Amino acid sequence: MLVNSHHSITSLELRPPFGRLLKERFIRWVFMVCAFFAVVITFATLGMFVAESLPFFAQVSLGEFLGGIRWAPLHEPPSYGVLALVADTLVITAIALGVALPLGLLSAVFLSEYASFRLRQVCKPILEVLAGVPTVVYGFFALRFVTPLLQRTFLPQLSFWNGLSAGLVMGIMIIPLVASISEEVLFAVPRRLREAAYALGATKFEVTTRVVIPAASSGIGASFILALSRAIGETMIVALAAGRTPAWPPDPTRPMLTITTTIVNIATGDHEATAFIWSVLFALGFLLFLSTLVFNVASHVIVRRFRERFP
Amino acid sequence: MKGKGASLAETTQSFLVENPIFEIRQLSVWYKAQQVLKDVTMDIPEKQVTAIIGPSGCGKSTFLRSLNRMNDLIPGMRAEGQVFFRGLNIYARSVDPVEVRRRIGMVFQVPNPFPKSIFENVAFGLRINGFNGDLKAKVQWALERAALWDEVKHCLHKSAFELSGGQQQRLCIARALAVEPEVLLMDEPCSALDPIATAKIEDLIHELKREVTIVIVTHNMQQAARISDYTAFMFLGEVLEFAPTGLLFTKPKDPKTEAYLAGRFG
Repeated sequence: MLVNSHHSITSLELRPPFGRLLKERFIRWVFMVCAFFAVVITFATLGMFVAESLPFFAQVSLGEFLGGIRWAPLHEPPSYGVLALVADTLVITAIALGVALPLGLLSAVFLSEYASFRLRQVCKPILEVLAGVPTVVYGFFALRFVTPLLQRTFLPQLSFWNGLSAGLVMGIMIIPLVASISEEVLFAVPRRLREAAYALGATKFEVTTRVVIPAASSGIGASFILALSRAIGETMIVALAAGRTPAWPPDPTRPMLTITTTIVNIATGDHEATAFIWSVLFALGFLLFLSTLVFNVASHVIVRRFRERFP
Repeated sequence: MKGKGASLAETTQSFLVENPIFEIRQLSVWYKAQQVLKDVTMDIPEKQVTAIIGPSGCGKSTFLRSLNRMNDLIPGMRAEGQVFFRGLNIYARSVDPVEVRRRIGMVFQVPNPFPKSIFENVAFGLRINGFNGDLKAKVQWALERAALWDEVKHCLHKSAFELSGGQQQRLCIARALAVEPEVLLMDEPCSALDPIATAKIEDLIHELKREVTIVIVTHNMQQAARISDYTAFMFLGEVLEFAPTGLLFTKPKDPKTEAYLAGRFG
């Protein structure tokens, strides 16, 4: 043993075994390709939207596209005003957020601040089941349950297809998103801040509303923005329950046509698929893509700022 | 109703306190099944500095937190016995812990300012207590008492996180003082600070004891000797000895106190 160790000192070798460096380099390369793939896809999509919608914007001015009220791309003469679609989209989004933001935030506050550990362990997975329900089920629920219910109770004049029940049900769908992100940021507020407030004679309600929620506000804001972009991009619920006629001025008790439903209509309709109609689709898709991209980036920036605050 | 169980004669307190602000009687605290405070009986004198020393995990912080019912926030906590604050048992059923904490303030081990401006940190306690006097003047008053005013008077609306650690701790003291508590509980307030910041806090404690009663938990025996009038030595959840600081440090009665002071454990 002693002889051996003496021997190993004189001819000390710390070289890696054969092939290890090669393997490490290869693995690194595989991971890098995977990571870049998502980025490349994003930029490729963006580039494709720009390129494919160019023929449309060559023929229709941006002012006519964004400022016009009448959307009739298949009529003669065609008209490409997207304002009514944008308005309908925003009204349904607003209804959805009107449901999802308060209920999501309140359930987050309950789970993080008021629920016992046991209840929290039980409630969180149940909430997340809501997020796993396929959106087509939600759409059907809006069409065959919520609309008839509203017709029988408060709104007898409600149309069969309408923006209201689509928006309400979309809101229910988004609650888990808001609740689960907000709950996490609320829960992450350090205990020492709560203790500081309690030690000054704050009640639980004061601690929650004046310390915990403000300290988590940027994270809560990020969850709101994610909810917004989710609502704008939601397709199945509105396609099933909101109808296919644009309402102008926007009236949620009547059928409404969102940007997403318009894309579905054109893409699945039995009209002549001219090249130009496809570039109309790409123009709409570009609009959606840009707005959700902007909101997602905004939420990302806000969340990063939140993390800097409580390392 | 002053049904104070044990008399002081049976305890480890070697002296009589003439004007006690706290009379603690047979106080025991459990976290779930673990008993962390065992039958503590002692009197804490008003407008004096009382230091609690002892090795890590001996129950110092638990003891301090039981004086303003901060322990209530910990799930699974159970307390038995009485803590009379000005003659009233704060563990009586009719007592609201929120009201207790409004009169007995606390400063924590790690400075914990709110993520708000310096001004809003100090104003917080005033706002939740429905203070309707001159808020600015009161904030200034509290910052002056915490010896921080001169350093922050030009940047009251800066985030509290931009202050140094020592300044943050003095801000936390100002925040606690703003609501004019009768007692200030300090849980190792200097353990996260450098020696210069520590010296400033110690000077401050010296100034403050003219107006408020201070109970301070400290790891640092020299600090207890420097700043306190009375010192309690705790070991394994019990107060083994409570005496005027000079006496405890020079003539400890309990052999464990002597061993701890000599640095033989801890």
